[in-house]
Amino acid sequence: MRMNLEGTSLKREDIDSKRVLTTRFRSNAFYAWDTGRGIGRYLQGLKAGEIWGTHCDTCNRTVVPPRIFCERCMKNQVSWVKLQDTGIINTFSICYVNWDASRVEEPHLPAVIEIDGASQGHGILHVLDEVNPKDLKIGMKVKAVWKRPEERNADITDILYWKPY
Amino acid sequence: MSNSVAIVGVGYTPTRKLTPEVSYKEMIYEACVRAYHDANLASHRDIDGFISCAEDFLEGTSIFDEYTPDQLGGIQKPMHTISGDTLLGLATAVMNIRTGLQQLVVVEAHSKASNIKTLDAILHYATDPILTRPLHLNPHFIAGLEMQRFLDISKNTLEQCAEVVVKNKRNALKNDLSTYGTRLTTREVLSSEPTSTPLTQLQHAEPTDGAIVFVLASSKIAKKMNRTPVWIKGCGWISDAPSLETRDWNRCAYAALSAQMAYRQAGIRNPKKQIDFFEIDDTFSYKELEHLEALGIYETGKSGKALLQGALDPDGKTPTNVSGGSLGMGHVLEATGGFRTLEIVKQLRAEAGPRQLDKVKTGLAFSWRGLPTTSGVTMIYSQKGA
Repeated sequence: MRMNLEGTSLKREDIDSKRVLTTRFRSNAFYAWDTGRGIGRYLQGLKAGEIWGTHCDTCNRTVVPPRIFCERCMKNQVSWVKLQDTGIINTFSICYVNWDASRVEEPHLPAVIEIDGASQGHGILHVLDEVNPKDLKIGMKVKAVWKRPEERNADITDILYWKPY
Repeated sequence: MSNSVAIVGVGYTPTRKLTPEVSYKEMIYEACVRAYHDANLASHRDIDGFISCAEDFLEGTSIFDEYTPDQLGGIQKPMHTISGDTLLGLATAVMNIRTGLQQLVVVEAHSKASNIKTLDAILHYATDPILTRPLHLNPHFIAGLEMQRFLDISKNTLEQCAEVVVKNKRNALKNDLSTYGTRLTTREVLSSEPTSTPLTQLQHAEPTDGAIVFVLASSKIAKKMNRTPVWIKGCGWISDAPSLETRDWNRCAYAALSAQMAYRQAGIRNPKKQIDFFEIDDTFSYKELEHLEALGIYETGKSGKALLQGALDPDGKTPTNVSGGSLGMGHVLEATGGFRTLEIVKQLRAEAGPRQLDKVKTGLAFSWRGLPTTSGVTMIYSQKGA
């Protein structure tokens, strides 16, 4: 025998006509995170159209985004290294689902891009464009497309997207 | 006593109103490297497990334990978050070590209160969404309700509460980590801006930034690592029914019961005689008196008079918040109990400098989770252990 577990779903009119008790508030959770020395300098670099990483002198490893200590050896003997604004795709996805679960016509193309000049496997998360999604491949060479200098705001969107070259 | 657990290392940053020069990760790293050095750790790779005391809503990041391994040297190691004060994290570390599965455990807590632009709103979200939030009251009203009732029941006075502020901010002047040390009069405290009566502005501890990291070890390795381990003799934690409608406003059961749990473990029958000094929650002025009475150090209504007679001063019979407490050092969110513990570690190691107490062997730390909660943790620390 099939059990009836469907319940009674709420409808918009139930809420509008106050047949059900509702309470309403707007989220008021605001933060202003200190970026500190590592990410602070990284973001300032983006404003100047540059990508900076840090090199751990102990582990001989260059990471991006930069950090002022190495999470492997836990030392803070790091030096700053200016990297290229080119790289290769480490991994990507073609996303047809928006954050609110709606479908998108033009798919979003997030990717991890290994930055030229950083140690192998080290890269940043960003988005791709000016590319047919069908052509995307791991290992594809891409380069940054920057906002115009006067539009840059020292944030990650100072790079508009990455495209194959 | 092979089951004993000790604090073998501690590292920290000073408590400060603003810390724009460091990210929370960089701030924790700073505390972390000092703690590992203090514990004479050969390598962070020797640590078996990590506990981070953090509340996602205060961080502004969900699943915050994903953001904590890097700065502690905890990558590819067991790590979890305790959504509570440092003392709850320390109690958890004690249990981890007592399982026998871990010998060396790190506990971290921090506050970047300066980064939270709507802290009162975050507190508001801790109240009941159906019964309380729609009334749109600043959540500090709960402290006002509690203090009103506490004074009525205990017959402690407003002046005595103000004297807690005067004492703790005076104590803080001798603590080079503190931010709010100053000389005040009770009149200045009572005539500061009223907030939720009977509270006035100076009776609130100010949200402050800071980070603290502890290294805990089993008795098997504690003495080898540190010549002056601080032993955890008892830990108790209690959550009472929190609803504003039905909670017992007449007594502070969470403090009383958590203390009884810790006293049982530590073999303490007469806490006033057996414990030399106290570092306890003073998020609001009255809380210090309320907690002292609930912990059984003073009978109901007797703590205020004892305070006025100097018994809570550094040279009194029951020194309380020699560090300056949260009123003097600032309220460092989940790190609050950590900074109370820090003072006990310093005193028991005889490293407290100008505020060093004479012949102290046992200290008690007590933390309250803050508004609107009715939960707390008691820890008993001692020079003597396994």
